[in-house]
Amino acid sequence: MSPALIAALPFIGALLPGLAQRLGRGWAALAAGAATALALAGLFFHAPAVLHGEVISARIDWMPTLGLNANFRIDGLGMLFAGLILGIGLLIILYARFYLSTKESMGRFLTYLMLFQGAMTGIVLSDNILLLLVFWELTSLSSFLLIGWWRHLPAGRQGARMALVVTGGGGLAMIAGMLILGRIAGSYDLSVILTQKEAIQASPWYLTALVLILLGAFTKSAQFPFHFWLPNAMAAPTPASAYLHSATMVKAGIFLLARLFPALSGTPEWAWLVGGTGFVTLLLGAFISLFQHDLKGLLAYSTISHLGLIALLFGIGTPLAAVAGVFHIINHAIFKASLFMAAGVIDHECGTRDMRRVNGLWKYMPYTGVLAMVASAAMAGVPLLNGFLSKEMFFAEAFGAATQLHLGWWLPAGVTLAGVFAVAYSLRFIHDVFFNGEPVGLSKTPHEPPRWMKVPIEALVVLCLLVGVFPAQTVEPILAAASAAVLQGPLPDHDLAIWHGFSPALGMSVIALMGGGLVYLGRKPVFAFYDRHAGRLEAKAIYNALLEGLFGMAGALTRRLDTGSLQRLLAVVMLSALVLGAAGFVGGSAPLTGSRPLLPVDGVSLLAALGLVAATAGAVIWHRQRLVALILVGSVGLLVALTFVKFSAPDLALTQLAVEMVTVVLLLLALYFLPQHSPPESTPPQRGAHLALAVAAGGGAATLTWAVLTRPYDSIAGYFLANSVPGGGGANVVNVILVDFRGYDTLGEISVLALAGLGIYALLERLRLDGPEHDAEGRPWDTDIHPVIVAALGRLVLPLALLVSAFMFLRGHNLPGGGFIAGLVTAAALVVQYLANGVAWSQERLPWEMPFFVGLGLLAAAVAGLGSLLFGYPFLTSTFGHFRWPLIGEFELASAMVFDLGVYLVVVGASLSILVRLGLLHRLERRAPRVRPETKTAGEGR
Amino acid sequence: MELLLALIVGALTAAGVYLTLRARTFPLVLGLAFLSYAVNLFLFAMGRLTVGQPPLIAAGAAGYADPVPQALVLTAIVISFAMTAFVIALALKARAEMGNDHVDGRHRP
Repeated sequence: MSPALIAALPFIGALLPGLAQRLGRGWAALAAGAATALALAGLFFHAPAVLHGEVISARIDWMPTLGLNANFRIDGLGMLFAGLILGIGLLIILYARFYLSTKESMGRFLTYLMLFQGAMTGIVLSDNILLLLVFWELTSLSSFLLIGWWRHLPAGRQGARMALVVTGGGGLAMIAGMLILGRIAGSYDLSVILTQKEAIQASPWYLTALVLILLGAFTKSAQFPFHFWLPNAMAAPTPASAYLHSATMVKAGIFLLARLFPALSGTPEWAWLVGGTGFVTLLLGAFISLFQHDLKGLLAYSTISHLGLIALLFGIGTPLAAVAGVFHIINHAIFKASLFMAAGVIDHECGTRDMRRVNGLWKYMPYTGVLAMVASAAMAGVPLLNGFLSKEMFFAEAFGAATQLHLGWWLPAGVTLAGVFAVAYSLRFIHDVFFNGEPVGLSKTPHEPPRWMKVPIEALVVLCLLVGVFPAQTVEPILAAASAAVLQGPLPDHDLAIWHGFSPALGMSVIALMGGGLVYLGRKPVFAFYDRHAGRLEAKAIYNALLEGLFGMAGALTRRLDTGSLQRLLAVVMLSALVLGAAGFVGGSAPLTGSRPLLPVDGVSLLAALGLVAATAGAVIWHRQRLVALILVGSVGLLVALTFVKFSAPDLALTQLAVEMVTVVLLLLALYFLPQHSPPESTPPQRGAHLALAVAAGGGAATLTWAVLTRPYDSIAGYFLANSVPGGGGANVVNVILVDFRGYDTLGEISVLALAGLGIYALLERLRLDGPEHDAEGRPWDTDIHPVIVAALGRLVLPLALLVSAFMFLRGHNLPGGGFIAGLVTAAALVVQYLANGVAWSQERLPWEMPFFVGLGLLAAAVAGLGSLLFGYPFLTSTFGHFRWPLIGEFELASAMVFDLGVYLVVVGASLSILVRLGLLHRLERRAPRVRPETKTAGEGR
Repeated sequence: MELLLALIVGALTAAGVYLTLRARTFPLVLGLAFLSYAVNLFLFAMGRLTVGQPPLIAAGAAGYADPVPQALVLTAIVISFAMTAFVIALALKARAEMGNDHVDGRHRP
């Protein structure tokens, strides 16, 4: 099975539980489990080759120009992690089936779980670091959904948000780090990066990349000082905690350390950053863990501590330390997942996880007690269990590193102390829960959980024992393969025996076991000490203070700028744009005027320009008399059209002309419903300030235009001019660009137009407005809404206008015209009908509602685009040919015409949808009972 | 000629900015129309000014104006029409819902 398919299977599986849930809760779990099992089987299929040291890869080009490819690889490390993720995932699905109450949606929970599983599998099987980043972010998002599963609980919501902020923030830093890393290595593919150790470490950007990537890894793996999100994420349902916070999500950061170990490790920066963080986290986590009263809180801090242990091993950086790190990853995943599930069983049966209330469960659930005892003994590092083996390797490495590097006594002493606390909290987990008196005030009598809920725990506990007793026969092959992948070189000699003879490591183990027992026995004063000083270690408070400070600052800034007035806000926006624009000029040494020769001025142009400026000024001066201002705006639009004519842009002139007409009609319609005058609102100083802002903006725009126009430039126009006729089959280059070269853009643009049309259609539905009975001067409106002369003329004009429109459309490919212009001309012609004869009269005579034309147009454009796919060309490739018909002679047809027809239909449909809606407001208004002249013909008005 | 166009763009921008800062919806719509003219002309100016040389391929043409900004501006004109229409619809809706045409949705005392 392809590695890509293995990574995809959980995502496919995520679709199933929701559907299968209709058949029953068991079916949902079965569907999710089947997808997981299939992926696991596919993985095992590759096991023989991978254990032999081969790398299975699959390459799919996604965006090769960006270096982002969907490349997957399975090597020993990927196999180990994918196996853990899918294997434990399978057990968790079984466990969750019995854990969730019947009131909760099994399908939804399993969907989230499968999404998360897919994201994790994707991380560990990615060969491309950009792809890895995509999956990395996906784990943050899907874990947010899982942690916040009980959305009615504030703790759940806060925990989920905190996890997202911390891990998501780290993820952002990591994106930057990965981009730098890929740039240094010359590729974003791991298979290349892992071979570029010298180049990467010699680069001046090495430290920056390292710190940024470590930020991502440390936040994800809950390393100090980012550890606080993990205990708060314990608000998640226990199946999610057992999955995310033992074997998978928190291991993602550790996985990344292991994955990039060959490229990044071996420098003092690496050793101090990774090792130092790991050491602090190890001690801090182990210490705090002992004092947690919440069962899952204890496990969470213990997880933090173990993650620190693994990070410290990778930080030490010797080959043997890396092997020990990989080994502890396996062991921790196994015993911690089973402990979390046991904690879930206890919570499930007692209704609480508080160890001050949950006592003496041995009497009620001895079987679960045995399982929990074995698992926590493994966590403490008791011989004959898996935790002992990797912990002893860890002690040996810490001791070795200290003597080799002359670090003195503090490293061995520190890790032994962490071992002491680990033993103490493991003891507490067992003693407090299963012994230590009687349960205090439980709401129900605990008993053993359902049979199937224990199976996943049993499976993992058996693994603890098997690995602990027969390490060489069970775990050695995959450990060797994974370690080889981490080291990318020969494996060091390592011996997974239980008995190594008397060594410093054995001494440290013994001290830890005995010291742990002593600490637990004498815990009363230690607890008292902790309770006195606990507040100082609370990172959550610091996080909350930082977050509140940030929100406070943003709130204060917003309140200052936004006083609830859009007018003021707009002024702020304009001012900011002006300041930013002006800042661009500061310090520039380029001359304002470029070297391009100027065109001579002729009298007509001068006159037109003066007219335009005068009309503009007039519109501003008389803007309170709305009708006058509207007429002036219309004339400005016409002069702009003339400007386009003058400067060789006939298509633009035609478009502007047609748009202008439709816009003025639209504005007139709007004006009917709005007050005829604007009352003076602003104070003179305000007006002055606005005027100054406007003049400054105008001055800036004029200066910029001048600077651009006087400079010579390079254009890509040459390509379009040269290829328009041979490539696009049309002499009108503007039209060929629109419907052929840049057809995709045009498709986007007509979609916007269609959306605007439909949006307005929806916005104005059932809107009722009271139009005035009088005009601005107090004269009543004429009762004859549709004068006969206008109506007759309008009907006469319609066929002519449609003919012009068809003419414009057909010649568009070679001469000024095309779908946009023809559409606007048709729209204008129909608007005349609406005006002259009334909306209702015109509506009855049109075959379909206007939104239908919009849809038809989009369909035509899309079909024209998809048609080229049938012939094996990319989307929207056009073709053309010459045809000969009798009478008409030879003519040319381009497939782009179909696309242009789509444009035409969308323009007509959208423009008229808008106008008709506004017209209908009007009709509703005029429907009000009033005396009408009897002479009116039936069709009019209505 | 370049100076004339620069002045036109400047005047249209100034009028647009001043009118969009008014307190009533109708002048605001007019202001947006002015700003659309200004922006469209400015974009068009990116292709520099050419007189009498439309981008229609013909034998013996002395040269052609840059067709790329023209194609961009053509769709921009149509889109600005859609935008104007949308703003008008919003203005009408606001008038219907709030009973006045102040941009902030209320009459100032």
